[in-house]
Amino acid sequence: MKCSIRQETSEVPKTLLQKLWETHVVRHDPDGSAVLYIDLQLINEVTSPQAFEGLSVAGLSPWRSGTIIATSDHNVPTKDLAMGIQDPVAKIQVQTLERTCDELDLRHFRMGEKGQGILHVIAPELGASLPGMTIVCGDSHTSTHGAFAALAFGIGTSEIEHVLATQCLRVSPMASMSVQIDGVLPPFVTAKDLALSLIRKIGTAGATGHAIEFTGSTVRGLSMEARMTLCNMAIEAGARVGLIGVDETTLTYLYGRPHAPRRAAWEAAATFWRTLHSDPGAVYEKVVHLDAATVAPQVSWGTSPQMVCDVLDKVPDPLDEVDPTKRQALVRALDYMGLKAGTAIVSIELDKVFIGSCTNARLEDLRAAAHVVMGRKVSSRIKQALVVPGSGLVKSMAEAEGLDRIFIDAGFEWREPGCSMCLGMNDDRLLPGERCASTSNRNFEGRQGQGGRTHLVSPVTAAAAALAGHFVDLTVDEKRS
Amino acid sequence: MKAFKQFCGVVAPLDRINVDTDAILPKQFMKLISKYGYGDYLFDNWRYQDEGQPGDDCSIRPLNPQFVLNQPRFRSAEILLCRDNFGCGSSREHAPWALRDFGFKALISTSFADIFYGNCLKNGVLPIVLTEDEIDHLFTLAASDVTLRLEVNLAAQTLVQSQGVVHHFEIDAFRKNCLMLGLNEIGLTLAQADTVRLYEDMRRTTEPWLFPDG
Repeated sequence: MKCSIRQETSEVPKTLLQKLWETHVVRHDPDGSAVLYIDLQLINEVTSPQAFEGLSVAGLSPWRSGTIIATSDHNVPTKDLAMGIQDPVAKIQVQTLERTCDELDLRHFRMGEKGQGILHVIAPELGASLPGMTIVCGDSHTSTHGAFAALAFGIGTSEIEHVLATQCLRVSPMASMSVQIDGVLPPFVTAKDLALSLIRKIGTAGATGHAIEFTGSTVRGLSMEARMTLCNMAIEAGARVGLIGVDETTLTYLYGRPHAPRRAAWEAAATFWRTLHSDPGAVYEKVVHLDAATVAPQVSWGTSPQMVCDVLDKVPDPLDEVDPTKRQALVRALDYMGLKAGTAIVSIELDKVFIGSCTNARLEDLRAAAHVVMGRKVSSRIKQALVVPGSGLVKSMAEAEGLDRIFIDAGFEWREPGCSMCLGMNDDRLLPGERCASTSNRNFEGRQGQGGRTHLVSPVTAAAAALAGHFVDLTVDEKRS
Repeated sequence: MKAFKQFCGVVAPLDRINVDTDAILPKQFMKLISKYGYGDYLFDNWRYQDEGQPGDDCSIRPLNPQFVLNQPRFRSAEILLCRDNFGCGSSREHAPWALRDFGFKALISTSFADIFYGNCLKNGVLPIVLTEDEIDHLFTLAASDVTLRLEVNLAAQTLVQSQGVVHHFEIDAFRKNCLMLGLNEIGLTLAQADTVRLYEDMRRTTEPWLFPDG
């Protein structure tokens, strides 16, 4: 059997996906699948215990423990950490991960440690997610790390075990989709709005079977944090992988981070990384265009991330849908959301606001939200407004800038890092019927708590909604002032 | 994983598009650390009228009579007929575990989300993709008073109706073989351990910064 990193000399232009795929093939299969080598595995407490158990039962140990970073993020409380985890079932899960990591000598961040946080926030800030890597995690939002030109995707628990045991994974071929975004983003329109706008356009299965590469001048102009938001949401469009080619923004972000290579190794790495972009003339299986200048702040109104409209739109009428199955889904969504067709989005009153999650809990997100909040107060309508930083580092940097004071003075709660109300596995969740403006990624039925109603928005839209008690269009306010 | 055997099973129709894995198995049950025992919690938010918690005795919980799996004739269903983009969202393998533990051996839809599709196959649950016309036709049959049964033949890659109508489906050869024989993929990859080590040696020279410990 030939093990090959193909050293092709041909001039055929390649996509970034092809380059990343080819450099990781340990073995080709005739059907286009391949056994790929995995460079980094991120491990959380929820999807890993069964994998470690399987490994132990088989008498195996991790193939390369140095390629693993573990932390508990889904279940951890975001306040009163000193009291520990109150939920006994969750506590067992977190303790199981801690014990396993101790036994196997795996890099692990404990609850309350500064390095702890949401895996998709901490790995990039450590400089552990590097260009040219394959990165996996038992979490679908692993697509986030594709912002660094890494082939990063979510896997199931059987696959976690497979990577632990073999450092490899058999992966089915992915088609390539270019989402080309050009134009200047209007004020208060963010990467989150671009992502929601894309999903609205192509649907939650629009990129199934594909890896999305985000290209175009708008993407080139985005910060790494905004790029991570974009790639994070690729999975909501059905794409297991989101990708963005390396440029100087990527290198500037990585330089000097704890896990990034240093000195001569940095020079060698940077030289290689600069080749990690699609070649001019590379052919994609599918191309989608988005004009950033025409994108308005987006708000989801239903129970799927494709049920989205502009903040100044009205809730759509299911009767306008001709397909009966889709119409039924719209009726059901509006019923669950407690909304009537024709309701203006800006008139929708809210109970809770959540600023957090692997989508939107990085420093830049908190800065943008704080900028809107500064000197103002959360509406008396709002029962709870949470800010949950993505990591201990984000939290401390935000505090150093005084962002915590801005939020607290306005009436927000400033919490400890974790996944929190994005999926409500800890105590942060919606009660039945409660309506929330959330910077997270999924508005599925019950996602934030059984019977809870989620509206997906950007951090600035969430912040403005917290102040008003309902959705508002900041771009209109801006013009008025 | 057990070897996948040919079988004839009752088809339960779940007529909803974009069914996500949060709906298939709600998050509170992901706190369990076992690989089995999720069947009672499958579609928990839709199946019961109360909010379930891990460890609940589900035999005394109030059922939602409207939900398809609560109809007596579908309680022993082994095939779930679904709509487009089934299994979207979270990568939780707990979703296929719950489907398997309930008793489902095959799922039929126009499309499945990528991660979910792979997770099913790792657990002996066969996701079958048919055309929209075929799915519409099967939903019509499943809605009638006569309980729909289909024979699933993985070797022949066919679904056969009792009147003899045959639907053909695709599956890649490797995954088919693993299912048919109940193979453990880890063992197959470990048999290639030398190839993996050769690959690592090569990569250590091309991207040495990824091997800081040598």
